[in-house]
Amino acid sequence: MSVLVVVECDKGEVKKSSLEVATYGAQLAAQLGTSATAIAVGEATDASLAKLGEQGITKVLYDKEPRLKDFVNNAYTKLIATAAQQEDAKVIVLANSNIGAAVGSRLSIRLQAALATNVVELPKTDGGQFTVKRGAFSGKAFSDVVLNGDRKIIAVKKNSIEAQHEAGKTAEVVAFSAQLGDADFADAPKQVVMQDQAGGILLPEAERVVSGGRGMKGPENWGLIEDLAKALGAATACSKPVSDVDWRPHHEHVGQTGITVSPNLYIACGISGAIQHLAGVNSSKVIVVINKDPEAPFFKAADYGIVGDVFDVLPKLTAAVKELD
Amino acid sequence: MKFLVCISNVPDTTTKITFTPDNKEFNKAGVQFVINPWDEYALTRAIELKEANPGSTVTVLNVGEADTEPNIRKALAIGADDAIRVNAAPKDAFFVAEQIAAIAKEGGYDVILMGKESIDYNGFQVHGMVGELLGIPTVAPAMKLDMSGTTATLEREIEGGKEIVQVNAPFVASCQQPMCEPRIPNMRGIMTARTKPLKVVAATGDAARTQVTEYALPPKKQGVKLIPAESAGDLIKLLRNEAKVI
Ligand SMILES: Cc1cc2nc3c(=O)[nH]c(=O)nc-3n(C[C@H](O)[C@H](O)[C@H](O)COP(=O)(O)OP(=O)(O)OC[C@H]3O[C@@H](n4cnc5c(N)ncnc54)[C@H](O)[C@@H]3O)c2cc1C
Ligand SMILES: Cc1cc2nc3c(=O)[nH]c(=O)nc-3n(C[C@H](O)[C@H](O)[C@H](O)COP(=O)(O)OP(=O)(O)OC[C@H]3O[C@@H](n4cnc5c(N)ncnc54)[C@H](O)[C@@H]3O)c2cc1C
Repeated sequence: MSVLVVVECDKGEVKKSSLEVATYGAQLAAQLGTSATAIAVGEATDASLAKLGEQGITKVLYDKEPRLKDFVNNAYTKLIATAAQQEDAKVIVLANSNIGAAVGSRLSIRLQAALATNVVELPKTDGGQFTVKRGAFSGKAFSDVVLNGDRKIIAVKKNSIEAQHEAGKTAEVVAFSAQLGDADFADAPKQVVMQDQAGGILLPEAERVVSGGRGMKGPENWGLIEDLAKALGAATACSKPVSDVDWRPHHEHVGQTGITVSPNLYIACGISGAIQHLAGVNSSKVIVVINKDPEAPFFKAADYGIVGDVFDVLPKLTAAVKELD
Repeated sequence: MKFLVCISNVPDTTTKITFTPDNKEFNKAGVQFVINPWDEYALTRAIELKEANPGSTVTVLNVGEADTEPNIRKALAIGADDAIRVNAAPKDAFFVAEQIAAIAKEGGYDVILMGKESIDYNGFQVHGMVGELLGIPTVAPAMKLDMSGTTATLEREIEGGKEIVQVNAPFVASCQQPMCEPRIPNMRGIMTARTKPLKVVAATGDAARTQVTEYALPPKKQGVKLIPAESAGDLIKLLRNEAKVI
């Protein structure tokens, strides 16, 4: 019996959300009195995988099949299912990412496991029941869910667990093969197109986010958002109407019908704070609102606020960040 | 081409979420239910593809009790040809997926479309379960879907980019923007929807692998601390020294 952690890698490095998943898996293994093994997917190096020891992982399985570099739903599913059988994994932990959801949902059928997505805490496992807390109603609520049966799959919401780093600990990296053949790669992508990320920071993984709404008046003013984001090491985001009129790309749209983010810091500039927008951001740890209207609903959901003109306030903030040492 | 579009009945996006006093159930009182916004992309795209491929049909499917019928009729008014309601409370995602897979198999559907996720339970999982139950590919979440004969070309969103994927029918895709501009019903659609067939069928099996035991609302914010615009730079000091987030 063990806990199997699915670790997503990109350009040789383990993704930040997967460091969180590894931490979650290791803590869960300790709680269940067992150990946590990882299976790595994507492009990884042995050195970056060995460092998963810092999160409490003891062993990392890695299949060097080159076609596994890009996401292939069937191949990834088979790879992880094979690893789960070999390791006799009773719990599989993965990220609540597009990859995690695609693979986790298929695995739940193949392994006859109970699946919970969007999980925000370690489970309660006392009294023979396995109960997880997960986000529901698009950020407006949480639910406690009991997972039945003896196999479980948990998809952990990004930024809900803090990755641990115990310096110097290393995991053993073990070559693994799921004997994948051509048929497993039938749904391989024909092409993968990556976006230009502002400052190289991916919005779903970002710890800080600077976001603009209609109050920014037009795409030509986004330099103000980007400057502050760059100074803070933040990703940029926007409200729905902003992406609807193509001021910004759709993948930056946050909210109930966009992506949900839960960074440590969310700075909203010229966004009114409609309920659908709040749903996508209200699990952020600290929310800052800059709006010229003191009655803007967003102030009710904020920790810090400035009633003022974004065109005046944003340059001041950027300058103040640059003055920090 | 036979399209099956799965729609979920969810609280309107402006709903203030509350629960029954024991926190065991969602409080439906006064709540307006709508077609899950993501599912509108699936529905509209299916109708567009049907229009481009004469002889095709679009069937909408919901797993739910009789109170979901107004939204099923709405989907018919938008342009679906017929509808199926599996008469059962949706116990969990696995239960729903089993119903969808059974209907898809029996009806021999070529393309099964759904939304990226439901905005109430946010499962983000029915797509993969249905694909696996039927042993066919799933593309989720899809931002673009084109068909040429029985071959589909899709754009799948991945963190930080997209994949271009090609699959042959039958397949499952879960849809999101900017796939199409969701349609709203027009008067003629509303009139014809009344007489379009809506078949009610019994659920198969009653498996569920999960149970919600309790709901909770997020903790309330302490209240906003306002910083005068003149001294905006002080905010940055507070973020570093007080909130400790930069
Ligand atoms: C089904 C549905 C789903 C939706 N999903 C989403 C979603 O996922 N995400 C989302 O964001 N929205 C969503 N919406 C839209 C939502 O209801 C709001 O319309 C939207 O969030 C408003 O965007 P905004 O705040 O940028 O614009 P507005 O509401 O127009 O607000 C602009 C704000 O900028 C302020 N402002 C103007 N000029 C300045 C200035 N110079 N300096 C400072 N402040 C200034 C104004 O006071 C105002 O508060 C959805 C709506 C529906 C119906
Ligand atoms: C009264 C009630 C009680 C519930 N109790 C529980 C519970 O105890 N435990 C639990 O896990 N869930 C419970 N649910 C949630 C319900 O089972 C969900 O419909 C189911 O989990 C699927 O939603 P999802 O968010 O998981 O799906 P997602 O995977 O997010 O949905 C993706 C897509 O699947 C399709 N889809 C989803 N649901 C349906 C449907 N019903 N009919 C047709 N297509 C659909 C839609 O196209 C949707 O966009 C309850 C729901 C109700 C109404």
